Amino acid sequence: MAETAYWEAIRRAHDEEMARDPMVIAMGEDIGVAGGTYKATSGLYDKYGETRIIDCPISENSYTGIGIGASMTGMRPIIEIMSINFALLALDTIVNAAAKIRYMSGGQIACPIVMRTPGGTAHQLAAQHSARLARMFMSTSGLRVVTPRGPLDAYGMLKSAIRSNDPVIIIEHEQMYNIKEEIPDEEFFRPLEGAEVVLEGSDITLIGYNYSVHLCLQAAERLAKDGISAEVVDLRSLKPIDRETIRKSVEKTHKVLVAEEDEAPVGVGSEIITGIMEDCFFALDSQPVRIHAADVPVPYNAKLEKAAIPNADDVYQGALKVMGKI
Amino acid sequence: MSDADKKRLLREMIFYRRFEDRTFEAYMERKIGGFLHLYSGQEAVGTGVLEMAIVGKGQENDYVITGYRDHVHAIKTGAPAREVMAELYGKENGSSKGRGGSMHIFDASQNFMGGYALVGQPFPLAAGLALGCKHKGTKQIAICFLGDGANNQGTFHETMNMASVWNLPVLFVCENNGYAIGTHIDRSTAQRDQYKRVDTAYNMKSSQHDGMDIDNVMPAAKAAIDYVRNEQKPYFIEFMTYRFRGHSMSDAKGYRTKEEEAEWEKRDPITISSKKLIDAGVITPAVIKAWEKEIDDEIENDIIKFAEEGPEPKVEDLHKYVLDDNPDPRWIGPLQK
Ligand SMILES: Cc1ncc(C[n+]2csc(CCOP(=O)(O)OP(=O)(O)O)c2C)c(N)n1
Ligand SMILES: [Mg+2]
Repeated sequence: MAETAYWEAIRRAHDEEMARDPMVIAMGEDIGVAGGTYKATSGLYDKYGETRIIDCPISENSYTGIGIGASMTGMRPIIEIMSINFALLALDTIVNAAAKIRYMSGGQIACPIVMRTPGGTAHQLAAQHSARLARMFMSTSGLRVVTPRGPLDAYGMLKSAIRSNDPVIIIEHEQMYNIKEEIPDEEFFRPLEGAEVVLEGSDITLIGYNYSVHLCLQAAERLAKDGISAEVVDLRSLKPIDRETIRKSVEKTHKVLVAEEDEAPVGVGSEIITGIMEDCFFALDSQPVRIHAADVPVPYNAKLEKAAIPNADDVYQGALKVMGKI
Repeated sequence: MSDADKKRLLREMIFYRRFEDRTFEAYMERKIGGFLHLYSGQEAVGTGVLEMAIVGKGQENDYVITGYRDHVHAIKTGAPAREVMAELYGKENGSSKGRGGSMHIFDASQNFMGGYALVGQPFPLAAGLALGCKHKGTKQIAICFLGDGANNQGTFHETMNMASVWNLPVLFVCENNGYAIGTHIDRSTAQRDQYKRVDTAYNMKSSQHDGMDIDNVMPAAKAAIDYVRNEQKPYFIEFMTYRFRGHSMSDAKGYRTKEEEAEWEKRDPITISSKKLIDAGVITPAVIKAWEKEIDDEIENDIIKFAEEGPEPKVEDLHKYVLDDNPDPRWIGPLQK
């Protein structure tokens, strides 16, 4: 076991998979000579050369398309998009091509690409660098969407994503790249499907994904001091969603809160709560609560930004509301 | 080229024309739904270029990709015509098992990597196919057929740039028929000559040729394909052509004149090749008549029959092919609790 930062875990997964399989390549802006905006490919250019660590011009839609085309010949490209905001430029090739080619071809052609991108708010990056957008990808048939919350999943899910025959979108987070965790020295895999109970509890279920899992864990600590036992569920995969794990938890606690960093409309929270209504409505003894961002473009001003983006206190207060304590 | 090959190519073009005509009829009978874009008039381009490529040899083929006007490119690459027709009928025995339709013919067994509806999307996919060939060192190339209108997409510029910087073995074939649906090229495009849009801008070799006479298409295509394969660099080749029918089925063609159509019809690729071979004494008009009869019989008795008799996909199979249907649980899960 070694303490590993999130970015180091991603780098290690790249390195091992590229060493194993010559069909694995990485593509993206500044990932090679410059080592990657978040260092996720640092040192790999020297090791694998420019034909396998490919520095791309600022042409998100087409280099993603090139990765998809290469994947149709059996290659396994890992495409880094510097920020999920820029992935909007690549929606045509991701949503209209990668997600649909297997289906349109009657199962003849797979597009085993991995697209990694940080999707979250950092500090004062303002409206055009703070998009989250998970909801846009999770609503697309033909994609897998996963959100590793820490180094263990960042490593293990990237390894699985590279080997899976489906297009996988991995949504990372600017504020998680330096999170550290002990991870095994031996190779391991973490599956792309399945939510995980990361903290067991009996009074309320707090559901998060990506960075909001950490907000839920912080809120759970405070709730514990108030004598409330919170269970924290990390969705891990937004497409498909593991409704079974959610149902089991809600049937145990009878209360639920969903924390998302994105705005509420047509979002992760609405999807999860609808699923709960369909699967275990009668298990609930109080109204569910969603914690989410304000429905505004993310402001630059630090005070306004703080007001717009949910934090652990918001999750804590929301949980008290579900519990009927406020 | 031998007389036998010249005859074969003429017969192929006649087949493609009659195949497309028959799909039109089937569309009118409502056997075919959705959008249907016919290739009539442009046969010399697809036939001539692919004649010079590696096709019909399964996995050894060059990779071929195009837009929605894709039936003929698919067949010439090696997709069985009956499966293409069955696809138009939405049948399980169609090229894409009835999931794609006219605009999305795929035959992976012949490296025909699809028809795509998003104008300009095949540019980067083609460059990616070429990247795959280059990476594996197979000497195969990628060939991308698109229209003049597609060159106004961002993917055109982005892809020409990357294909050139990365020296990808891809041939871009521009089938310039002068129109994007109902908009004439002069009303949409600052540079009328498409091949000029890549040479200095993207430092890519390019050229323009007549696309109505297959004897003009083939040598130009051969030189371009040899260059791409041997130099491992991209090439952009433009053919001047015309589509004889409307853009799709519901097109009154109000945007062009009868005179213009008549001018181009004089240069019908089938008429040009027929005349040359008759004048040279290689065939007689009677031979062509006999071919037409054989072709119509084949279309009716084999191709249409196959499509008519093919089963519909099962509704129970609606969710098949969305993702890998037999995923490895080590990568996919579920998570062991
Ligand atoms: C991205 C996109 N925009 C618009 C359309 C609608 N559309 C379909 S074909 C077409 C014209 C394309 O013209 P061209 O590339 O010259 O090909 P041609 O049809 O002449 O073969 C348009 C605008 C589309 N399918 N995709
Ligand atoms: Mg056109």
